Amino acid sequence: MWRYIAQRILVSIPVIIMVGMITFTLVYIGPGDPAAIIAGDEATPEILEQIRADLGFDRPFPVQMGDWFWKLLHGDLGTSYFSRREITELITPRLQPTLSLGFQVVVLSTIIGITTGMLAAWKAGSRLDRNLMVLAVLGFATPGFWLAFLTIWIFAVNLGWFPVIGYSPIQDGLFAHIHSLFLPVMVNSILASAFISRITRSAMLEVLREDYIRTARAKGASELSVFLRHAFRPSAIPVATVIGASIAGLATGFVLTETIFAIPGLGRMLVDAIVRRDYPIIQALLMVVAIVLIGVNLIVDILYAYIDPRIRY
Amino acid sequence: MAVISDSSNEWELAPPFSTRLKGMFGSTYRAAKRDLVLAAAISVLLVGLFLAVFAPTLARTDYERTDPVNRMLAPNSHNWFGTDNWGRDVFDRTIVGTRMSFLVGFSVTLISTVLGVGIALVISYFRILDAVMMRFVDGFLAFPTILLALALISLIGPSVGNVIIALSVTATAGKIRLVRGAVLSLRESTYVEAAKAVGVPIPRILLLHILPNIVGIIIVQATFTLASAILAEASLSFLGAGVPEYVPSWGNIIATGQGYIQVGFHISFFPGLFLTTTVLAVVLIGDSVRDHLDPRLRGRLKTTAAQQ
Amino acid sequence: MTEPLLKVENLQTQFRTEGGLVKAVDDVSFEVQPGETFALVGESGCGKSVTALSIMGLIPNPPGEIVSGKIEFNGVDLLKLSGREMREIRGSKIGMIFQEPMSSLNPVLTIQSQLTEALRIHTDLSKNATNDRAVELVDMVGIADAKTRMKQYPHQLSGGQRQRIMIAMAMSCTPQLLIADEATTALDVTIQAQILDLMKDVTEQSGTALLIITHNLGIVARYANRVAVMYAGQLREVGEAVEMYTEPRHPYTIGLLRSVPRLDSEKGTPLAPIAGEIPDLTNLPSGCAFSPRCGWAVDKCFEESPLLEETSSGKKVACFEHQSVALNVQ
Repeated sequence: MWRYIAQRILVSIPVIIMVGMITFTLVYIGPGDPAAIIAGDEATPEILEQIRADLGFDRPFPVQMGDWFWKLLHGDLGTSYFSRREITELITPRLQPTLSLGFQVVVLSTIIGITTGMLAAWKAGSRLDRNLMVLAVLGFATPGFWLAFLTIWIFAVNLGWFPVIGYSPIQDGLFAHIHSLFLPVMVNSILASAFISRITRSAMLEVLREDYIRTARAKGASELSVFLRHAFRPSAIPVATVIGASIAGLATGFVLTETIFAIPGLGRMLVDAIVRRDYPIIQALLMVVAIVLIGVNLIVDILYAYIDPRIRY
Repeated sequence: MAVISDSSNEWELAPPFSTRLKGMFGSTYRAAKRDLVLAAAISVLLVGLFLAVFAPTLARTDYERTDPVNRMLAPNSHNWFGTDNWGRDVFDRTIVGTRMSFLVGFSVTLISTVLGVGIALVISYFRILDAVMMRFVDGFLAFPTILLALALISLIGPSVGNVIIALSVTATAGKIRLVRGAVLSLRESTYVEAAKAVGVPIPRILLLHILPNIVGIIIVQATFTLASAILAEASLSFLGAGVPEYVPSWGNIIATGQGYIQVGFHISFFPGLFLTTTVLAVVLIGDSVRDHLDPRLRGRLKTTAAQQ
Repeated sequence: MTEPLLKVENLQTQFRTEGGLVKAVDDVSFEVQPGETFALVGESGCGKSVTALSIMGLIPNPPGEIVSGKIEFNGVDLLKLSGREMREIRGSKIGMIFQEPMSSLNPVLTIQSQLTEALRIHTDLSKNATNDRAVELVDMVGIADAKTRMKQYPHQLSGGQRQRIMIAMAMSCTPQLLIADEATTALDVTIQAQILDLMKDVTEQSGTALLIITHNLGIVARYANRVAVMYAGQLREVGEAVEMYTEPRHPYTIGLLRSVPRLDSEKGTPLAPIAGEIPDLTNLPSGCAFSPRCGWAVDKCFEESPLLEETSSGKKVACFEHQSVALNVQ
């Protein structure tokens, strides 16, 4: 087990290095001259030269990249062009909204997705199953930002149950916090659960065809026990995979929903940075997101081992 | 020959215990209904293609020119979908917006499929190249598609071409991983071993023995690329990282309406409906192709398509 | 004769397939006495496994369905029982072992949890008692180091060991009938005999009747008391196991015997596979289903289907020409 985990961690290291190289190179070869952005319009060539030397932009590419990696290892994500502040400092207050949103969506979409998927598999071929699967396909095809628009129009503009936009931090009370995030949580959960539901259903149906399910029935196990005890765990591997993939999808979803609902999270920060062409922030956020997702994949890999003993040994 | 062997075939024929079809009649009825859904999906796509090509000539108004007198009109007999904050006709902008979605969707699908399959076939036969290339692929796939595209576009500037390039990068990486996996497992198969043993040259093996066997997955994956690329283009345009605002695209029309949600619901609603319907049609066609090619894959979506 | 333990009467099981209706089991009747070993023999596709699954009530519906007939077990018609009543019999009164030891055990559950499951369902034993019983069972089926096995998973065992676990599982509630559906087919030849001996031993010890389903007549000779030969969903010949060798009466039985290598055959005698192919069950030939492959077939065989009839010697055979067959095969 520990050997397997260590092996998975080792495998992620080159991916992280690759991700860093891609991120750094993108910005390095990008057209914007950081010195010009920092100096503003009235800068003389001498001032530009000075800024370049100060920030180390006059050094060769590998040296700059090595320097960037070294700082990254020490938790230094660089400095914003725009506000001249440390990026780590800028990120910290942005973490709470995004993490809270992420946590709620992952928990909710997993619960909704697995329950509806199992229900559909249990009643495979029934009206319930067909309706659930129609919803699942719809969920896959509906753009999140449009669904967000519709829910705002229905629940905030017309029914007035929720504020149109705005975010209330946890410090202002848990209820107010959850209330302010309710619509974005719902929109993202519904879309993510559509996917989880579909995979759960098909994985369950596939496992129910296995010989060992027949063995369980031959022992006199009830249908419920066959379903929950014998079929669920073997079918959990593809389900874990899609939950991991849907978290990657959420990273995108949050950029859109945080923009729409005006939630001051990391997604919003990225969009703002793109508008301002604040490359160090873009670079840092890309890196953070990629590392988080690699971490998620690692957790999924470890879950595999927990689910299936054949991977564990 | 429909020989029923009692040990395996009967169980393969047998759907799961809980499946309760209403006999033969019910299943043919359902098959007919499935065909109907497929026909509807194909029609939607054909209408979309037609609009993508002819919408600019069909448009009755100058959809890029502002007309402040007629701004924010609700849907009426002349402006079927109403007008936006600049007084432009939403119906015309929406049908012309089809062009952007289809252009980006099909270009990304074509580019990523050709490049992805080509690269995967080549690298699967060169160990070192394969190892290097796959690290790049892993690296690119570690980013969510739209975030990487956003970053790329912020560097190279927003334009249709750049949107296509940005979206093709991750789509190609996904294709390489998928096709390479399939090629590697096929290479172990007996008939490829046999072809090698009799001295068939490698390019010939790749083109004649391996490629035909992966066409199925490539097509299915292509439909998902199309669906996700259309969604991604809309998302990028929505965020302002797509085409310039005056050029209509479903994403930027929705973004316009977003600011006027209290008074101009119609602005975002209709392009969103078009977008959802189009993506739905593509997904349904993909599902149907997959069911047709391999009934065992039924209900499974490719995880790379998960990142909208 | 005592009251039979299992009495199958005119059983008909059908499958709806895309190719048409398959009469997998067509009017099959036989009896199994308490404690005896009964073998159901035939080529793959003849319906023997479907017969076993029909008895267990495990025919997947759809596409399968038991259309008519009776399956009496201890005098009770299993086909009339509710799902719940049938579950009480499965695993406690009737145990079953399947062909694929590799895929018949759940890969994510420990041996212990799978072994104790039937006990937990059908008995009121405490957790400790079921665990002790599980260790006993593993000992009984001849797997060393039973205690450590309990915490292991199926993939840590060999094919033979897994089949032993399957036997232990099927025998855990001491059933009155054990059905072994091609239980040794997937195993190495050397292990096959061990597993069969084991099944014979454990069933004899507990007085459990054994229903062996196999395509291998060689097995039958050594282990079964009585044999039924099945072809294309119907029984063709039923009788004492020994008689099947000494006086086969159906051309198909003779064909099967000739296609099995035997130690007592003269050196140089070639094996004679049965000519032709297993018929398409959706499109059976008219008359006797075996007629296209039969060397004895006369005109009548292509028109009418023979019924299973008792011969003078007391065995049952379904062949118009069984008397001439009897004269020729001595």
